[in-house]
Amino acid sequence: MKVRVHVSLKSGVLDPQGRAIHHSLEGLGFSGVNDVRAGRLIELDVAETVTDEALDDMCRKLLANMVIENYRIEKVAA
Amino acid sequence: MAFRSAVITFPGSNCDRDMADALEKVSGTAPHRVWHGDHDLPENLDFIALPGGFSYGDYLRCGAIASRSPVMQAVISAAERGVPVLGVCNGFQVLTESGLLPGALLRNSGIRFVCRNVKLRVENAQSLFTAGYEAGQEISIPVAHHDGNYYADAHTLDRIEGEGRVAFRYVDDINGSARAIAGVLNAAGNVLGMMPHPERAIENAHGGTDGRALFESAIKGLVGA
Repeated sequence: MKVRVHVSLKSGVLDPQGRAIHHSLEGLGFSGVNDVRAGRLIELDVAETVTDEALDDMCRKLLANMVIENYRIEKVAA
Repeated sequence: MAFRSAVITFPGSNCDRDMADALEKVSGTAPHRVWHGDHDLPENLDFIALPGGFSYGDYLRCGAIASRSPVMQAVISAAERGVPVLGVCNGFQVLTESGLLPGALLRNSGIRFVCRNVKLRVENAQSLFTAGYEAGQEISIPVAHHDGNYYADAHTLDRIEGEGRVAFRYVDDINGSARAIAGVLNAAGNVLGMMPHPERAIENAHGGTDGRALFESAIKGLVGA
């Protein structure tokens, strides 16, 4: 089973990387970009026996830092 | 009584020798060197140091993988028993990732890696680590980091400030840290994490000795030397 974990900074947490990307986009002449937030995509290939609960646990224990980040688990159709 | 300390080395640590050297020069006894894959620490330790560097290449998040390595389970239980733990730079990131200290360290607000001497103000001069300073004293200590922007939610910041757990603040903003926090203590006062490197300021050849009092006060407080 393919699983995508999307990790993003919580709103309100400053994202200097997103800000630098935003600045660079403006430098390239793209207008109308209001904000940029950079996150992380982690793709897992897990056995069918891995439960939703276990996936959640993986996110909380390692893949995301709950102090600063949110995560979203997406199961990808094979 | 000899001072029994340990310096933990993770793959990618690069300040472990400086830390070991500082502990040996100040205490007179060389620390144990412990590898990240070890499951046990030497017995009866007086002090554990987590050094700076780029453990596991800063993969995932700074300090994230190191904080889940086998030796950290032993460090966490030692800290919970009251053994003093000092985390510097990447060591501070490992301490926040492990949950021993509140908050997190984000990318510097100015994006750039900052590497220079900075002025710190000693906020709490009563802790084991800071008793050798005066409250309000300004000291000069080197920093060298890319991810030293301390973050915690407002409620947590209020709590740690109210409990006197801010050990050091930056005199000038260098990385965007919330409330200029440079070093934080845990609730029991036996764990200190800080981005600046006191181990790089212990002898004249370093260009300054303001870090020495941190090690001296910890060692004095522990073995009564």
